[in-house]
Amino acid sequence: MERLEVQQGEVLAVLGPSGSGKSVLLRTLNLLERPSGGSVRFYGQDVTGLEGRERTAVTRRMAMVFQDPLLFHGTVAGNVAYGLKVRKVAAQERAGRIADMLAVVGLGDRSGAYVQSLSGGEAQRVSVARALVIEPEVLLLDEPFANLDAPTRRVLQEETREILRDRGMTAVFVTHDQDEASRMGDRILVLHDGSIAQEGGVREIFYRPATEFVARFVGMDNVYEGLVEACEEGLARVSVQGRELFAVAEIRRGEKVKVGIRPEDVTLVPADEVDRPTSSRNAFTGKVTDVEARGPVARVTVACPFPLVAAITTRSLDELEIAEGVEIGVRFKATALVIFQ
Amino acid sequence: MITIGQFWHALWLSLVVSGLATVISALIGIPLGVLLSEFDFRGKGAVLTVVHTFMALPPVVVGVFTFLIIMRSGPLGSIGIVYTPAAMVLVQVILAAPIVTGFTHASLQVVDPRLGLAARSLGATRMQAVLVKMREARPGLIAAIIAGFGRVIAEVGAVTIVGGAISSQTDTLTTLVVKLTRQGQPGLSLLVGAVLLFIALIVNIFLTRLQADRGKRKVQERVTGYVS
Repeated sequence: MERLEVQQGEVLAVLGPSGSGKSVLLRTLNLLERPSGGSVRFYGQDVTGLEGRERTAVTRRMAMVFQDPLLFHGTVAGNVAYGLKVRKVAAQERAGRIADMLAVVGLGDRSGAYVQSLSGGEAQRVSVARALVIEPEVLLLDEPFANLDAPTRRVLQEETREILRDRGMTAVFVTHDQDEASRMGDRILVLHDGSIAQEGGVREIFYRPATEFVARFVGMDNVYEGLVEACEEGLARVSVQGRELFAVAEIRRGEKVKVGIRPEDVTLVPADEVDRPTSSRNAFTGKVTDVEARGPVARVTVACPFPLVAAITTRSLDELEIAEGVEIGVRFKATALVIFQ
Repeated sequence: MITIGQFWHALWLSLVVSGLATVISALIGIPLGVLLSEFDFRGKGAVLTVVHTFMALPPVVVGVFTFLIIMRSGPLGSIGIVYTPAAMVLVQVILAAPIVTGFTHASLQVVDPRLGLAARSLGATRMQAVLVKMREARPGLIAAIIAGFGRVIAEVGAVTIVGGAISSQTDTLTTLVVKLTRQGQPGLSLLVGAVLLFIALIVNIFLTRLQADRGKRKVQERVTGYVS
């Protein structure tokens, strides 16, 4: 039986594509939906399928932020007050907590504003404040910044992360964006078709993906099938389409495996410099078949003969005079090559 | 001839009967509309069809039907309300309650159901979450009450049949308009009609102010979510 566990004070980022079951997972944790199987435990107590007062007693220790702000008609302060009102917090205490919370999310001066007048970023801040003001033991966030423009998203990610850290709050942050997951989570859990594909620290997920799905989802664009030809003292030699690649791994000879490498881990050098001694065990040349340079980072595809994508700065692209058809040197370390079974 | 005393009585009775009928219709129709909107059950479609059909019930038909039930020799004849204001309230409730129910259901349908989820995720009970949605639907709920009141204050056929339009007893402003016209006094008849209009105006001003929510609510601008 698969098991998802969030430790107290930890931010768990749940990463997965649309339809992988992320939102259902959050709604199940918040007891808004009843699971068709399995159970939900809160501090060890089975809370699956609770109803009425017992259910409310548990859900009042959590709060959730949705993808859309889902603000109620009325003012900013009125929205932030909601969770406190249903908990019957006295008016005087309420006013103080609302003011403090709005200051934290940078809306101290918008307390009396009507929600219709807010920008998308402000509305989502209100939504976050509305959840945080009740000081939940567990905060559930369902792609809360997915609809915001990139700069606003970045700012809100940082602010929210800071608030969660400062308060030592336990949180589950659902997202389909690998960057967001790495920025928000202490730990990442990758969902695929409703199952846990991998669970681990940020580095582990990005640099040691357990399956091809996880690898591709976290941006490891180069994945190939290969055959282990030898393995000595932790260094494996894998043949991929006739090319020998070296990887740091303990694996049996003769085994069919998949190997992957992140585009950022591939270095491009002039073809005549590829044989110079370096720490990179993998070094060879190939012909550039595609150059995609739209922003500060360019993606260059080299036929090795398998298509290998390298991510380099646009500046390097110009300096190396890379263009389609040019012969180029490719290098990467044996530690950068990941093997999945 | 109709005396000023008869006019005042009719005015008072119109307000009491239609006011009471509207309040009772709201007490029945709003919870019913909420139930129909919140819960799914077998036969819900059929119930809604019935409600929507009843919204267009011809008042005279309701009048005749109710009369047959409450007349002295009818199944409920023993309660003895025929030709009394109580019978008039009853018949008006039958006319207005489906309207309030239908409008309540319709106005809750356009509220984003996720607002209820948001409320529950913030610790609301199921009931409190329903109240959040009702508050969002407030303009629609008030429109439901206005429509219910409008239906009964202007109604003449059904109240005449079950109330009998007895002078100074069960005459309302509408039955008075009919009487005055028959008596060849179209001028007075129009004057009473103007009073009816005035009542409708006052009630609407009052309810519309409630709808406006401290003067700041923008009914058209229902912003519940942002998509950039």
